[in-house]
Order: sequence, then C-alpha cells, then structure tokens
Amino acid sequence: MRQILVLVGMLILARAALAEPLAIKVGVLRETHGRETISILDLPAADDTLAGALLGAADNNTTGKFTNQSFETIDAQLGEGEDAVAALDRLTAQGARVVIADLAAPRLSVAAERAKASGALLFNVSAPDEALREEECRANVVHVAPSRAMLADGLAQYLVWKKWTRWFLIKGSHPEDEFLASAYRLAAKKFGAKIVEERVFEDTGGGRRSDSGAVQTQRQIPALTQGAPAYDVLIAADESEVFANYLPYRSFDARPVAGSAGLVPTNWDGAHEQWGAQQLQNRFMQNHRRAMNARDNAAWLAMRMIGEAATRTGSGDPEKLRAYLVSPEFSIAAFKGVRLTLRPWNQQLRQPILLSDGRMTASVSPQEGFLHQTTELDTLGRDRPETKCRLK
Amino acid sequence: MTKHPHPNPPPLRGRGSRLRPLQKHGLMPEGRIPSPAKRGRVREGAFGLALIAGLFTSPAFANLAYVSNEKGNSITIIDTDKLEAVKTIKVGRRPRGVELTKDGSELFICAGDDDSIQVLDTRTLQITGKLPSGPDPELMALSPDGKTVYVSNENDNLVTMIDTATKRQIGDVPVGVEPEGMAVSPDGNILVNTSETTNMAHMIDTRSKAIVANILVDARPRFAAFKADGSELWVSSEVGGTVSVIDPVKHAVKQKISFEIPGLSKEAIQPIGISFTKDGKRAFVALGPANRVAVIDAETKKIEKYLLVGQRVWHLAFTPDEKYLLTANGVSNDVSVIDTASLKVVKSIPVGPFPWGIAVAPK
Repeated sequence: MRQILVLVGMLILARAALAEPLAIKVGVLRETHGRETISILDLPAADDTLAGALLGAADNNTTGKFTNQSFETIDAQLGEGEDAVAALDRLTAQGARVVIADLAAPRLSVAAERAKASGALLFNVSAPDEALREEECRANVVHVAPSRAMLADGLAQYLVWKKWTRWFLIKGSHPEDEFLASAYRLAAKKFGAKIVEERVFEDTGGGRRSDSGAVQTQRQIPALTQGAPAYDVLIAADESEVFANYLPYRSFDARPVAGSAGLVPTNWDGAHEQWGAQQLQNRFMQNHRRAMNARDNAAWLAMRMIGEAATRTGSGDPEKLRAYLVSPEFSIAAFKGVRLTLRPWNQQLRQPILLSDGRMTASVSPQEGFLHQTTELDTLGRDRPETKCRLK
Repeated sequence: MTKHPHPNPPPLRGRGSRLRPLQKHGLMPEGRIPSPAKRGRVREGAFGLALIAGLFTSPAFANLAYVSNEKGNSITIIDTDKLEAVKTIKVGRRPRGVELTKDGSELFICAGDDDSIQVLDTRTLQITGKLPSGPDPELMALSPDGKTVYVSNENDNLVTMIDTATKRQIGDVPVGVEPEGMAVSPDGNILVNTSETTNMAHMIDTRSKAIVANILVDARPRFAAFKADGSELWVSSEVGGTVSVIDPVKHAVKQKISFEIPGLSKEAIQPIGISFTKDGKRAFVALGPANRVAVIDAETKKIEKYLLVGQRVWHLAFTPDEKYLLTANGVSNDVSVIDTASLKVVKSIPVGPFPWGIAVAPK
C-alpha cells in the first residue's frame, strides 16, 4: 500500500514539477590514510571519507525523489604513490565532473590543474593548507575542510576566553607541523595570547604503539616538558600523530593540553550532538557501524552542498553549481547552530569550529564577544582584507 | 550582543528584569535561578499548588498552559490567569512537541528519547498510555475534528497518522530527510510537513495520504502554520533565517520574510515558532538565539516590532482569549509572557530545564 501511495505521490510530483530526470555523478577521490596513529580509536576505516559521501548522497536522494534528481557516488581510492591525475581521468571518463577530494595539498594541486581540462569542480574535504586558499587558490576548488588558521583561531578564542593566555608550544618535526605551529603563532598574536616557549619533538621514526610503550612514554614526556617558563596550557602542533596524544596527564607541570591532542579544534567529532547533530550521527552509525570522523563529515557536507546547489539550480553542471555556491543565495545547515556560507574570495566554507576532547564538544567557536562587521564566522581564519587569493 | 542596545528596549517588569544582567554575562544557569527572591516564589508556588490541586478536578476554573522541559524530562503547568507555574510533572525522556486534544482532556507529549508519544490525562495528571509513533517523535499536529494526530518522526523520514480515539496508527507517508514541522489546513484536507535537511514543505492530501506538492524553502525548515482562514501557509527556516509565505492553492512561495536586528549577526536570527491571531491580522515569530519574538503585520508582512524575551525562544502559544502570548525560552529556563495589546513583555515565569514546546488548554 505504502509503495502505491509513494508512486502516486511521485507521479503527481513529476507532473507538477515537469522536471527532466537529472542524474549527478560525484567522484570520491581519496588517499589511503596512514595507520600510524597513536590511539587505536583513530585508525582509519576502509570506507573513511567515502562513508560520509555515501550518506550525503542518500540524504540528497531522499530529496531527489521529490525533485527528480539522483546522486551517484563513484569511489576512487589511491594507493601510496598512485597517480591522482590518472584516477581523476577515470572519474571523468565515468561521467563524474564533480569530485570530492580527500587529498594532501600536493596531490590536490595536481588534480585541480588536471580538472581544468574537463571543467570539473573539486571539493577539498581534508587538506588544511593555507596556501591552497591563498597564493595557490583556484576557482575549481571549493574548500569544505577548515584551514589551519581557522582551527587555530577557533582554539585560541576559547583559550583567551578562559584567560589561558600563556602557551607552551611543542611542534613536531614535519613541514606541516611548522605550518600548524605558525597558525598558532598568528592566532596568539591576533587574539592576545603569548607563546612563552617553543620546543620541537623530533620524529625519529618507528611505530606508535607497542605492548609496553606506556612505560617509556611516562618517563620521556615529563623530561620533554620540564623547565618551561610559567604557562597556562600546553599546545601540541602534531599533524602526523607522532607525539601529541602522549602529552595529556604526562606533562611535567599539571597543565591542560590542547591542539593536536586534549582539547582539539575540529570541524567534526563523533561525540558532537548539539543542534540536531544527533540525527546525523544516528544515520551514520546505522549505515556504517562506526562513528563519523572529521573527514566523513566534510565529505557528507560536500555532498550536501552539491545536492543543495543542484536542487536550487536544477542543474548538475559544475560551473552552475559553483556560481550558486559562491552567491549570497547559498547557505547550508550542518548541525553547528548557524548557517554556513562560502567566502566568495577564496571559496572557503565559513563554519564554526568545534572544540572536542574526544568525548564531548567542550565548546564551539567563534566565542562570545569576538565580533566582526560581516559575520562572526569571519573571525576564524584569514579574512578578506588579508587574502592573497586571486581566483583563476 | 548586549553591547548594541535594542532601539526599543521593552520594559521588563518584576522578575523579568532580573533576567537581563544574567543574560548579559552569559551566566544563566541550567537550573532555576538560585536567588532568595526566587526561592520565596517557589514556596508561594507550592502554596498556590495546594489551592490549585482542588481545581484540577474541575479544570474550568483555571486556564492552564503546558510547557515541555526538554532536559528536565518534565512538563511545567502554568496557570495563565495568575501567570505562574503551579505544578511540574515527570514525563518521558526529552519531551518536546506537546499537543492538547480538542476537549483538553488529554495532552500528547513527544518523548523523543523514549521513542514514544505519551498520553497525559490532564484531569488526573497521570500518564495513561502512549501513541504508536515511530522513533524519535518531535512535533505533532491535530486534525481540526480532533480525530487524527499527525506526527513527524525525525529518524526514519516518515510522517505517521494516528487515530486519537483508538490510539492506533492509520497510515504513514514517506517525506524528506528529518521531518519536523507539522500543520493541518483549517478544512483538514491538507497536512503540511517540513523536512529539515531536504528543505521542503511537503503538502499531503489527508484522505489519499499522498503528497500533492513539495515546495522548496530556505535551510532547515522547522515549523509550519496556516492562517485561520487557510489563505496562507507560513514556514520558518531556522538556518536560512527566513519565513516563507506560501500560497496553499498554487503551491508556491509568494514571499519571504527576513529579519534584521541592529547589533545581531544574520546567523543569530533563527525563526522557529509561528503564531497567528485568529483574525489573521498579526503573526508572532520566535527568533531562537536572537532572544526575540518578531511581531508581523500578517497582511502587509511588515515587521512591526521585535520583543526581547528569554534566551533561545522556541515555541509560542496564545491564551484562549489571545490576551497573552507565551514563549518557551530554551536556554533561560523560563516562559516570557507577551501582552498582545500593548506588545510588551510583562512577565517571565521560571519553568524547568530547557523549555521547548507549549500548549494552552481551550477555555
């Protein structure tokens, strides 16, 4: 009976809408993420990122029943050293001219250069690099993932609100750790905090986990953090997961840890449930039997942005979708309490930053009192007057 | 926010005025305000309760409002003549949408975390049973004849239809992602459901149970209301920040109402509950974390005034004589009372934690 009713409903709809069926193919071009994580809880799943895109497509398809649109996800997973260009070409050949990209910056740039030929539009769901949004920004890349500056500013606002303004910064020895450390330095300057000491944790290689690792770690971390000037909070800049998670409860001084461990600024966490987020978490858990991580969420959101733009424009053409997304008409709900929009000057999604301890959302930035003439979300990351981006 | 004073600061009297410094510093506690004056008030309330208790057997004496406390797992009952809370009763987990039967004898309570709709006997104040809803029910609408209650089930993209007499499910309709707002046309023929992630108002023929139109509105539509004469349907979009005015015959959005409040960012203005006066001349729209209710000329759609109420205002309900409009304020744990003649906020009534839904008994 129900099926008949649905059918009748859809027939009426189809007639009323007079819309031609529109099938939109969305590629998911994703790297295989390393299994070198400090916590076993952070091991990437086989369907990392893809699962978020699939859920977004399922949500879009429910809407699509009423608008005569369908969304198909095509997975393209890259092995180590595999060519992103070849994978993008395969997606193009399969008809996917809208691509959700979970790629590190160098591969993303190469893929975006290639995408010029086919007119494809990429949605960056993981690379946090400032350069991709500034000097090297491109018209065919929409940034769904927050930049390092947005993440650092989100944390900085909260620490300043807490009056924890003396920071002890420990960074890893990888180039991206220096980028992140630099974002914290700028954030400290922007919001009136002070970095009282900076140290480097050298990555000497080797595995992260072992059966008796805790014994050594317990002795090493106090030594690493000893003798710092008085500080309020220990900030870790460690994108390669080499040491940050060793810091909490082990530092020489009894101080909270934030940054890459402890209180972590992020676009999403499996524990976030405010503003209706519980419903999204439930749907994800039901479909994929695991918690939704930050990359899954960014991929879900990218797919929802594609869906929203397709619904409103009645088109699957990348150029039309892009034009809508950068227009003032576009806004999207993402379970973060406010509407999200794109910064038209560099196509970065404006978004609140969650501060999560891995169990709870402790707070959400922008914090109260950080004001902005356009939108308080623009207190996070580089603002229009500072941008070096010239879209092309 | 409070750095930019409202151009027409509404005079809050009595306890209402004490809310303001607390709001300003963001120090509003989750529970009730622990001030000596307030404690005195509670005792007075308890005393009043003893008097009122006798009246519950003949509810005609006091006119009552029922407020669901989302985090309190409770319903606060307000005497709308005296404008004070008279009783709090424990109900299921995460109560949100509340709806009274036409004769006021039963209150239906969406207890989302219990995946059920509880039935409260308003005479005995006992939970007498539950309605067979789907998982995570959030909002309901009652048919004009009172025979059917329509429920949105957020978790499985369904609208459920339940016979209020037999308490049996009589149908369901698949709708968009995260169904929420519900409204029934005054003639009972059209049911409207809004889906939060699909961003549509689905119009459903109540007899054939088929969708007859899907109307795109702005992001996260949360509430729908018909004017009393059925000429217009208004849908509020929480994240989009607008109210869409829909022609229910042509199935088209004919106008969008947007809001501007000096000193508040666009993102903070999040329309939720809508209430029309019976004559259809005026509408009140709750603006969520903007902590204001917009007063709108429902004919010209011009915004007449913004009234400062408690924090994160969700849903609204008129007293039967429309003398007062009550607002459930989620973060400040109170109900603001708007005098509809003077368009002033005249009182704030403390209720339980995170008040969300509100229903007023018929006279």
